[in-house]
Amino acid sequence: MNNIFVYVELENGKVADVSLELLTKGRELADTLNVKLEAVVIGLNVQGLDKELAKYGADTVWVADDVIFAPFRTLPHTAVMCGLIEQEQPQIVLFGATCIGRDFAPRVSSALHSGLTADCTQLEIGGHKDPKTGKEYTDLLYQIRPAFGGNIIATIVNPDHRPQMATVREGVMRKELASTSATGEVKTIEWQKFVKDTDLAVKIIDRQIEERKIDIKGAGIIVAGGYGMGSKENFKLLHELADVLGAEVGASRAAVDAGFTEHARQVGQTGVTVRPKLYIACGISGQIQHTAGMDQSAMVISINTDPEAPINKIADYAITGDVNEVIPKMIKYYKQNSK
Amino acid sequence: MSKALKIVVLAKQVPDTRNVGKDAMTPEGTVNRAALPAIFNPEDLNALEAALSMKDRVTGSTVYVLTMGPQRAADIIRDAMFRGADGGYLLSGREFAGSDTLATSYALSCALKKINPDVIVAGRQAIDGDTAQVGPQVAEKLGLPQVTYAEQIVEIKEDVLTIKRRLEHGVEVVECPIPAVVTVNASAAECRPRNAKRVMTYKFAMAKSEIAADSETMAAQRAAAKPALQIVEWAAADVDPDPMQLGLSGSPTKVKKIENVVFQAKEAKKLTAADEDINSLMVELIASHTLG
Repeated sequence: MNNIFVYVELENGKVADVSLELLTKGRELADTLNVKLEAVVIGLNVQGLDKELAKYGADTVWVADDVIFAPFRTLPHTAVMCGLIEQEQPQIVLFGATCIGRDFAPRVSSALHSGLTADCTQLEIGGHKDPKTGKEYTDLLYQIRPAFGGNIIATIVNPDHRPQMATVREGVMRKELASTSATGEVKTIEWQKFVKDTDLAVKIIDRQIEERKIDIKGAGIIVAGGYGMGSKENFKLLHELADVLGAEVGASRAAVDAGFTEHARQVGQTGVTVRPKLYIACGISGQIQHTAGMDQSAMVISINTDPEAPINKIADYAITGDVNEVIPKMIKYYKQNSK
Repeated sequence: MSKALKIVVLAKQVPDTRNVGKDAMTPEGTVNRAALPAIFNPEDLNALEAALSMKDRVTGSTVYVLTMGPQRAADIIRDAMFRGADGGYLLSGREFAGSDTLATSYALSCALKKINPDVIVAGRQAIDGDTAQVGPQVAEKLGLPQVTYAEQIVEIKEDVLTIKRRLEHGVEVVECPIPAVVTVNASAAECRPRNAKRVMTYKFAMAKSEIAADSETMAAQRAAAKPALQIVEWAAADVDPDPMQLGLSGSPTKVKKIENVVFQAKEAKKLTAADEDINSLMVELIASHTLG
């Protein structure tokens, strides 16, 4: 009772990275609260995953294994999760902020009338005093997230409702093997008690894994390259940095014209206009045709060998140096310093 | 072909957080929220288009917008009418203030029970919160199936919608019986533009409280006389809620603390490619939540 649940998401039968990251964070929270960490696996042919989950700190692995659970559908997963939560009364439930987690975690919270905070960037345990009633609470989950387009950081608590639920995006938390492997005791969920026929109303008639569409307009962070990147091969460096930061890759017209990348990535007057919270301009001189499409970015970092490059006039940080040297260092130090 | 559908679009008027340019900053480096224009939440416009495209395909169907907010939120209902919606419902009142996503969903579900639509369409998420919770939470409150991340309503057959969903790594096509809740992605078709003729007609559409506030004017008298120009306005009592589930008391989540993210003053900070410089830059960006 009052343990911590992590919903384990599966991708082609494998545990998704985001779930292992949540187990790592869940282990830390469980140790702070002196409770158990329990993983919940709902899918098809999921036996054998318990060993991996135990390595990441799961004391218990709850399993519902049936053909109705794969591929993921909202209603059967919601029914099982709600039923198990009511049975086991966890105090905290964590989900990945993925298409799956963001689809059904709100539904679970609505059914249980418990609070849910989306896309948390930090989770901590702490006390709280209600400013109106003066009532004191201990050991609440602080759910910390950016809001208002990233312009504020809010700390959310759920003082009176359980479980406290949160979603976290992939790559935000660190993934780490537990210092001592947990037992990973397998328990079978009696899901037949929870799932009704009407939960099977939605039918999946086709699924296709496609190439992801390029969407630099909606990206919060853009790593953009110019002619100064030098070659198509060097553009791969931008993709590496973008992958690590959760960013999209953009480009100047000169880079697109030189054939370094596709037109869909072009920023500027003849490309798209973007307003990300961070724009990293790599080897871009900063012609007006380009800056017109990105000068409303909340923050600009430029990397250029020329300290007098016009891009530096609108940059918040101007790094004078070679992109081939700076970008690998950014990747290295980001990884070293992020949790 | 299906029978005529009653379609309701859930929409929200939001501050335009995407356009927080450097001019919307206070001298302290925080956002000046008052400087941000109030706009139709972008993905709710995609949802409106999805609804209008269903209306185009199924003869006799209607599209109404339901929004919860202050009186000025009637603006987005008028905007939707300019683009083809038949009308709208404004849910407004002090009782709703301080609602988190759950209390919002509860209030909307009470209103939806009164309207009793066949299809409820909403944007995936609103840009001021980015939670994507209200659509699924409304569906649960009404006991309806949901289809999230919809990119296209492929087909409408008797009581079944075929919908293409856009997921992280691909697409999925599902069949969903109606009534149902559909949330629409930004990757779906853009909303059609305002129609000049409809603008001329519906710029005079008004909600009850707007008519009352301006009762002396010709426009208000015209709206009062013509039902087609009246935006339905409901207070909490009109939708028969459990008052404990509204507003702050109905919100399990409480905001404990708000920190403004402080942006750098203009003047580029000069750095070199040296390890120390890059390391301290990354530490700074992580600490300010710009990264991670």
